[in-house]
Amino acid sequence: MKHVLLTYFTSCLLTTTVALAQEEIPIPKFIEGQAKPIWLNVTGINGEALQVLQFDLYVQGFNFTNADGAQYLISGSANGNFQARATDKYNKSTIVAHAYSGETLRRQVHQFADDFVSALQRKPICRTKIAFKGESRPNSEVFIADFDGQNAKRVTQDGSIVAAPEWVPGRMALYYTSYKLNHADILYHDLSSGDRKMFARFGGSNMSPAPSPDGTKVAMILSKDGWTDLYVQSAGGGTPTRLTKSPQDESSPCWSPDGQWICYASKDAEHRVLKKISPSGGQGQRISTSGVPNPTEPDWSPDNKWIAFTSQTRTFQICVVPASGGEARVICEGEDPSWAPNSRTLIFAHRTENGYTLSLLDVPTGQVKDVSRISGSNSQSQPSWAR
Amino acid sequence: MKVIKFTNLLALAIAMSLSVVGCKTQHPNVIKFDDQGRPIAGSGADQTAGNAGKLDTDSSGINKSDTTGIAMGNGHPGWPEDREALKADTIHFEYDSAVVKPGEHSKVTAVADYLKSNSSNAVKVEGHCDERGTDEYNRSLGERRAQAIRTELVKAGVDAGRVDTVSFGRDRPVDTGHSEAAHRKNRRGEFVVLTPPK
Repeated sequence: MKHVLLTYFTSCLLTTTVALAQEEIPIPKFIEGQAKPIWLNVTGINGEALQVLQFDLYVQGFNFTNADGAQYLISGSANGNFQARATDKYNKSTIVAHAYSGETLRRQVHQFADDFVSALQRKPICRTKIAFKGESRPNSEVFIADFDGQNAKRVTQDGSIVAAPEWVPGRMALYYTSYKLNHADILYHDLSSGDRKMFARFGGSNMSPAPSPDGTKVAMILSKDGWTDLYVQSAGGGTPTRLTKSPQDESSPCWSPDGQWICYASKDAEHRVLKKISPSGGQGQRISTSGVPNPTEPDWSPDNKWIAFTSQTRTFQICVVPASGGEARVICEGEDPSWAPNSRTLIFAHRTENGYTLSLLDVPTGQVKDVSRISGSNSQSQPSWAR
Repeated sequence: MKVIKFTNLLALAIAMSLSVVGCKTQHPNVIKFDDQGRPIAGSGADQTAGNAGKLDTDSSGINKSDTTGIAMGNGHPGWPEDREALKADTIHFEYDSAVVKPGEHSKVTAVADYLKSNSSNAVKVEGHCDERGTDEYNRSLGERRAQAIRTELVKAGVDAGRVDTVSFGRDRPVDTGHSEAAHRKNRRGEFVVLTPPK
């Protein structure tokens, strides 16, 4: 009798240990950026122009030092108009030299930063736009802004809830979820004309719209058939095609840049995973995120090499994995990453005591800077980078 | 003396086993589904605590909704809302779960009874989440909660066309605090009565 009880007791202990071990979700170690920044020395530029220039280049993997330690030397002036020259310290060649006029000083500096990185064979990002959800509880509106959070404009005034704004690639247009009509509907919003049209208003919730790279299709999560599944529909309308059929959750679809795949967050044997599926149907295929648990909110880089995503443990981490799957890397704390056109800078949201703030992250170096906060909204989240 | 020891040990063993069940359960009633939404044979009764992989924290037998996906109707646009009538029947959920707990079933019955005796009315089920998940994951989770409640209402004899659903994810907390108590209040499904337009 005693033996039996002891065995039972021991097995209970063992089971408890196993159970606890399973509940204990390991928090991945914070890994500093692997690449070193490219060092710059700036002279002659100060005030707002210097601030803007340093912000613009820091979030693209550059950093600042004295002339001895720098690879490139940038000299210029900002007396009314901005002019600057960048030279390669080693071969003494001029990379770029321009004088700018028109618009604002800030825009002139952005133009120079773009000219400089273009001369280094990189895609410029400093004159691109972002969209995001700006929240003042209990309501939220869609905003757009310059990539650094400046010149923010509210594009909805519904006094309701919005969610998940996504740019139509190459167009001044967004899809987002709106609760304006007392229902979770997906709207299409042409920002040039201001026209809005109802895109998806099926029974249940219409969520997480993701326009395809060519803008002809939209992936989304619908519950019209009783489960939250992934669907794709022609941008022109029509009947949505159901791509998944599972009582488990599907969420946060995004597209590969060639339009061949839709990547989404799903579950496999009760574990959260990323999957990809052809927009014409078939089986969802798992994308491994080895070393990082609970992936969600994927975003596929424009150069087709990476998928950025959020890992949820006790906190939230921005992670990157090769688009084909493999070893995932934790970069920093944050949620809901969206790639810049350069496939190296991400915008993401992170939690603060007073709601969410948006930040920019240079993935190779791990350098992070917060974007400007918007007055009149106490939380900014769900960023989408126009590309 | 020895007997007392045994009893203590037995009590401890039972307590341990209960705590195992309490903090970590894959209840025998949980049925797994394949990609086509069909229940996987043998996936229910053969589950044990040891091979559980899900973060269910219910301690009282989970009865996972055996939904095959009940298609939604066109909803009831423009029907005036009454948020008070069924306020007391708000259903609460465990963390990251869309399972209507057995302890909440009496509320489902109450709502089903209300709909039976108010046959011209419909109901909207609003699914909500705590702040711990990401935004769109929670939006899906909230919808699954609303759908799970809808399935229970249909099982209780309510016509599926009378039950609308919507998810608010974590956008409409009843308690904006960050404690577990606040989270518990926010993981919920609310019932809003819809009355025919006059």
